[in-house]
Amino acid sequence: MPTSIFRDDVRRLLAERAQLIDVMPAGEYADQHLPGAVNIPLKTLNAETADRLRKDLPVIVYCYDYQ
Amino acid sequence: MSPRAAWRLESLGFAEVYDYTPGEADWFAYGWPMEGAGAALPRVGAVARLDMPHCARAERIGEVRDRVQAVQWEVCAVVNEEMVVLGLLRAPDLEADPDAAVEQIMRAGPATYRPDALVSDVLERLRKREVGGVLVTRSDGTLLGWLRRDDAERTAASGNPG
Repeated sequence: MPTSIFRDDVRRLLAERAQLIDVMPAGEYADQHLPGAVNIPLKTLNAETADRLRKDLPVIVYCYDYQ
Repeated sequence: MSPRAAWRLESLGFAEVYDYTPGEADWFAYGWPMEGAGAALPRVGAVARLDMPHCARAERIGEVRDRVQAVQWEVCAVVNEEMVVLGLLRAPDLEADPDAAVEQIMRAGPATYRPDALVSDVLERLRKREVGGVLVTRSDGTLLGWLRRDDAERTAASGNPG
């Protein structure tokens, strides 16, 4: 089950080599995103697009806000 | 959107998946860094003065006035122990009865802006309200600093209006 986290947890996990994924559309990612995040829009998230991620490292996903 | 993405990744075999539910809105509103085209636009957090004086509700106006004037400021944020902004003292407020408690004089619930707000947007509002500056607070309400209108005007005039 995915774990909900807050901003301090994000920083801690990134220091532990977590992968940071922005799941918003590409245009919104181009405009602004968290440092180091890669973009895999939710609509395109599948086995093929997720293949660029390592399964042996933590993954953090985020979008704009709670919605 | 991110909860669905998190579950989708789990279904694809990722064992350790986290959902930063508050998202980038929370990150940027806390004043933390941004990447992307929008990062080049001037933001309030980068222009605000971070050395704004602050005081507690229980202090006396006289002692606060002396402290504020000593560092050549005209406004003072009123904060609690966690640095959450509770009020604001403007220049006329600092001339009140020196024995009055800050809490009696302060302007409670002052307007604040987040550090990721665009300078151009906030400047427009400062012009409309005809005020010389505004408080800047993080997403948790803690004090970051004070955006002076003249600093915002200079930033807007520098050719990168945001």
